[in-house]
Amino acid sequence: MMELLVNGAPTYFYTGGKAFDAAKPTVVFIHGVLNDHSVWILQTRYLAHHGFNVLAVDLPGHCRSGGEAPSSVEEAADFIGALLDAAGVAKAALVGHSWGSLIALEAAARLKERVSHLVLVGTAFPMRVSQMLLDASQADPIKALTMVNVFSRSTLAPPPSALGPGTWVFGCSMALGKRVLASNTAVNVFYRGFKACDSYANGDTAITQITCPVLFLLGAQDQMTQAKAAQPLIAAARSSGKAVSVTTVPVGHHQMNEAPEETLFAMRDFLNKN
Amino acid sequence: MPGYADPGFDTLALHAGAAPDPTTGARAVPIHLTTSFVFESSEHAASLFNLERAGHVYSRISNPTNAVLEQRISALEGGIGAISVASGQAALHLSVATLMGAGSHIVASTALYGGSQNLLHYTMRRFGIDTTFVQPGDIDGWRAAVRPNTKLFFGETVGNPGLDVLDIPVVSQIAHEAGVPLLVDSTLTSPWLMKPLELGADLVYHSATKFLSGHGTVIGGLVVDGGSFDWAAAHAATGKFAELAAPYDGFHAMNFSEESTVGAFLLRARREGLRDFGACMSPHSAWLILQGIETLSLRMERHMHNTAKVVEFLASQPMVGRVGHPLLESHPSHALAKKLLPKGAGSVFSFDIKGTRKQGQAFVETLKVFSHLANVGDCRSLVIHPASTTHFRMDDEALAKGGITQGTIRLSIGLEDSADLMDDLKRALKAAEKAGA
Repeated sequence: MMELLVNGAPTYFYTGGKAFDAAKPTVVFIHGVLNDHSVWILQTRYLAHHGFNVLAVDLPGHCRSGGEAPSSVEEAADFIGALLDAAGVAKAALVGHSWGSLIALEAAARLKERVSHLVLVGTAFPMRVSQMLLDASQADPIKALTMVNVFSRSTLAPPPSALGPGTWVFGCSMALGKRVLASNTAVNVFYRGFKACDSYANGDTAITQITCPVLFLLGAQDQMTQAKAAQPLIAAARSSGKAVSVTTVPVGHHQMNEAPEETLFAMRDFLNKN
Repeated sequence: MPGYADPGFDTLALHAGAAPDPTTGARAVPIHLTTSFVFESSEHAASLFNLERAGHVYSRISNPTNAVLEQRISALEGGIGAISVASGQAALHLSVATLMGAGSHIVASTALYGGSQNLLHYTMRRFGIDTTFVQPGDIDGWRAAVRPNTKLFFGETVGNPGLDVLDIPVVSQIAHEAGVPLLVDSTLTSPWLMKPLELGADLVYHSATKFLSGHGTVIGGLVVDGGSFDWAAAHAATGKFAELAAPYDGFHAMNFSEESTVGAFLLRARREGLRDFGACMSPHSAWLILQGIETLSLRMERHMHNTAKVVEFLASQPMVGRVGHPLLESHPSHALAKKLLPKGAGSVFSFDIKGTRKQGQAFVETLKVFSHLANVGDCRSLVIHPASTTHFRMDDEALAKGGITQGTIRLSIGLEDSADLMDDLKRALKAAEKAGA
């Protein structure tokens, strides 16, 4: 692990069980709403032992990181720039899931050549959140968390996952969501994150401003960010001449845990080939 | 509304963890009777050993059949994952040994299965882990028993032998105020009657030998983690739980709480506990327990129906003194059971025959439908006379401390016709009466 001061706040990074090595290419992992670094555990640990630095961050105001939880995608994107500065990283690949994918996209558009690769997992633009879910995230967060996980699940028989064989992905995600929510007693990071997703309006412009290859890693059965909701972004990337890769894994919104191997291999191959 | 993405209990009991076999199309869960699993390459092997990729290596650590069982019990309990082990006793030992070492302390209920009481009172003490026992209903007692080195609270959902209901919401709150988790033995209630994790417990275990398998054919245990206890925060505050929140030299210097914000316990329990202690469950046992779980709802409903009939019958018999089931208003846990166990407080309970040890023996020996043996939670009805068997060496005073008299009988009500059970009991009560003449 690593802890750095970013924008004056202590910020936690999981480094995949390896010390940061400036000579290696760096991959920054950005989690989604009510998640933290641990949703990436299998992908990050593998990449850290196969030639990469990994910096899987807990976003500000989430779990082990201090600071104010971001109120917008743009604010979070600025944080990613500050994070690279704090880590002394000149160039990095950005990998984001769900809300984190929007943050990665906006950061890539702002940071231009400082971003070597962009991986958008479970993405959509616009990433609208229903008013019912927004309201529930404030009035009854546990009910809303259950709804999110019901929408995210695609199988009752997930493969061996984050905790190895015997992992119940649905339960893991519920427990993690509760833990992240409880980690910030000042702000409802559930509502704030969802609101940031819902309000983000710059995706179609940002995708034309990136200067790196982009991988869209989508879940065929994703009910949170449906694969079809990423198509306008994919089309915009292609029409603006970006190097676009698309991989669809046969699961829902828990791509990293319902399809850990397929998700890892798609990332690994993209990072190594481009 | 329940549906495929949000299935109800009965659907999970049949489907959680299991999909048609992708190779053969087999619909039922295959039994993977293999010790080990072929690596795709040296690189694959190294990744599996280093937890970079998830998969099976060796069946002492994990096995595909066991993994189905582990996911299924996790789904039913509302947990994040589970570990299958050789027995309920192995589940308790694995839980304790994962959380602490010599110099640690446990606060436990006095109302425990005898094997659990032995493990804590004698065996773990030999390894430097001390336990203070507290009456389950003595709320101030739980709080007062906490020491600086306390690492765990432990009790049974319904205690042995008196069916004292553990007030999990209250006891878990005291545990959490003390910065320690609550472990609950849920063997006698099963997730059909109670989900302790939803009430505040952090870890749950089962002797799957009993109601989960339900047919008296297999020995096994399961530990389920609710993912609720913050080991890293507790370690930062008190220095406790370094086992889960500090680098472990025995496994790649891994800090399990960093690897998984919610699953550190399971990571260490599998990677150290199964690896080093080795009390794994056979895949064949896992399959038998899965068969049982598929009908858990149906069986538990019948267990509760028959128990209500038998309790009512016994309470009306002049030869019977006390009937120790929370269904009765006279039971000290009656109100708490209605609150925490609305579907029933289990089908294992005791009652007292008004008479001598000889009369108790006559009662047991006359029964035909009830089987005289040392088990509970079978589909068949079972009986045992503690004063002449499990507690044979105790005098009257010692028996009284355990809530047992010379005439105490323990029943485990099965799935037979309730009329046949009552007829069997009626004949045995007559025999007991004659034995005292």
